[in-house]
Amino acid sequence: MDSHPALVVNDLTKVYGKDKAVAVNKVSFTVDRGELFGLIGPDGAGKTSIFRMLTTLLLPDGGSASVDGHDIVKDYRLIRNTAGYMPGKFSLYTDLTVEENLNFFATVFNTTIEENYHLIKDIYIQLERFKDRRAGKLSGGMKQKLALCCALIHKPTVLFLDEPTTGVDPVSRKEFWEMLKRLKDQNITILVSTPYMDEATLCDRIALIQQGSLLSIDTPENIVKSYPDTLYAIRASKISSLLKVLSTNEAVASAYAFGEYVHVTFKHEGPHEKDILAFLHEQGLEDIEIKPTEPTIEDCFIKLLKK
Amino acid sequence: MKQLLVFIKKEFAHVLRDRKTLLILFGMPVVQILIFGFALTNEVKNSKILIVDNAKDIVSQRLITQLEASRYFEIEKAAWNHDQIEEGFKAGTIKLAIVFPANFQNELLHQNSVQVQILADASDPNNATTLINYASSVIQDYQSQVNQTATVPYRIIPEMRMLYNPQLKGAHNFVPGVMALVLMLVCVMMTAVSIVKEKETGTMEILLVSPFKPILVILAKAVPYLLLSLINVVSILLLSVFLLDLPIHGSILLLFAESTLFIITCLTLGIFISVKTDSQQTAMLISLMGMLLPTILFSGFMFPIENMPLPLQIISNIVPSKWFYIIVKSIMIKGLGIAAIWKETLILVGITSFLLVISLKSFKIRLS
Repeated sequence: MDSHPALVVNDLTKVYGKDKAVAVNKVSFTVDRGELFGLIGPDGAGKTSIFRMLTTLLLPDGGSASVDGHDIVKDYRLIRNTAGYMPGKFSLYTDLTVEENLNFFATVFNTTIEENYHLIKDIYIQLERFKDRRAGKLSGGMKQKLALCCALIHKPTVLFLDEPTTGVDPVSRKEFWEMLKRLKDQNITILVSTPYMDEATLCDRIALIQQGSLLSIDTPENIVKSYPDTLYAIRASKISSLLKVLSTNEAVASAYAFGEYVHVTFKHEGPHEKDILAFLHEQGLEDIEIKPTEPTIEDCFIKLLKK
Repeated sequence: MKQLLVFIKKEFAHVLRDRKTLLILFGMPVVQILIFGFALTNEVKNSKILIVDNAKDIVSQRLITQLEASRYFEIEKAAWNHDQIEEGFKAGTIKLAIVFPANFQNELLHQNSVQVQILADASDPNNATTLINYASSVIQDYQSQVNQTATVPYRIIPEMRMLYNPQLKGAHNFVPGVMALVLMLVCVMMTAVSIVKEKETGTMEILLVSPFKPILVILAKAVPYLLLSLINVVSILLLSVFLLDLPIHGSILLLFAESTLFIITCLTLGIFISVKTDSQQTAMLISLMGMLLPTILFSGFMFPIENMPLPLQIISNIVPSKWFYIIVKSIMIKGLGIAAIWKETLILVGITSFLLVISLKSFKIRLS
């Protein structure tokens, strides 16, 4: 194997339509061999456009990229031979059975199920008892597992997974990510996108993306570590009025709902617990709980968006 | 090669597992043959006619027997006067009346000429003309039989034999037409929809990111419909031969070869539509409006092209079904060989190659 990275993306740009709406704006990153790299961002951030350009389905309007050292424009045929792609929408044949789907894609990629069975064994074992069921009749989680099997069956060197867990229940999502971790051991490079921030920590490195631009690229740990402020989690009986009240406080830099808490940062270094507790009591809130908390990727993302 | 086979197998599975598609595919030809054959026919069968036989001699009796033998007529009863005929027409119980004069045989034998009166209910002019034609052709038939053995012709009989269609069978015209129509619909619509479906459901995205070549996608889509359409040709021909008593006069092999050619023309047309459209609905609408209508209007099967204004006549030349209609009519009904239809065949080959080249050229190897 040669030494170049699995993915090199340089100033990749995509513009749509007559009004020149920029979907992807000079995106650059590299992904090493065997790395699990996550593109994290909300819907419409440009994730799918990046995937389609890298899988040679769309031509970029600027910049360049290579997959396994092959240029995405010139050598698109070579990439199509070696890449594995799982689009965001379930895209298998719903009127074919599980086994027929798998067999079809194996043959299309010039291979057989037997040849690469070791790659999909862990996943396919769960599907095996449904193998005569039509793909359209599977549950969401099962569909994704089947789609992953079909994308993996030809032992791709790079696997592109566009929002593989969207619309999948939490248990299946967890299982799915465990499978991805195991695939890493097979030295398959994985580029995965997701709108779920909690999944970001499961990647080796992540890129946070918003409105076509990358905000930050690093390991999840480093991104969390680089969070500059002390973050507080505050809870009270009425969370809606808590948010409103907090934003009127002059010391507060930002306040946003985060699960059953409100996450708050302050303009100056603390400690702030006592002051804020007194302030909230004054405003008539009850059952107040206030504690410093570790920032998550989502906090980092919100912070980056505010810049 | 193995890739292609698996792909073709997959296409068969798509068709065979979708009951609605199956119904359209195999039900439509049967239904159309039956509808055109029995319901929409302009043929008039089993019409009640009244015969007034004032002669009651051998010649008139023989003629009546022949009229009775024809399946167009049902001899009601012999009346004796004109009042009864008028009553019958007014009540609608009879459609036609034939009156033999007294001394029918004598007049024919001695004066070599005799008149038969045929009365029809002309309130339905089309029906009346048709019936009068039927009746006079039966009478002329008889007269020519008699004259074969006679030394002196009894009467100068105008040549009124209907070329290729002595019994004025309606089936002759519509079987080639229905064949063109059914193949056009099945092949164009089904292939167009099946390729566009892959685009719509996103499976095309996966297929594109695979070593599979576009030409193979096209080929794999076309092969199943080619085979299924040939089954349709067989069923249409079986129905027309055994149910509608329409024999195939020409070479069956040639007929199948030409049908295969036309099916391929339709398939490339379907592929072309699918390459240019993005949704199943659009593909279906274009196939229906763009194919069905011209086939009905311009193939010459319902409306004679000769009667059309010149611009429409010119337009009709680019409608593949027109040429196929001519070909099938020539082989099936006139019993002609390839020598008579090589020009039409060549035109179909030309249209097919043209469509194939532009669809292959415009087949998108990427999204949008």
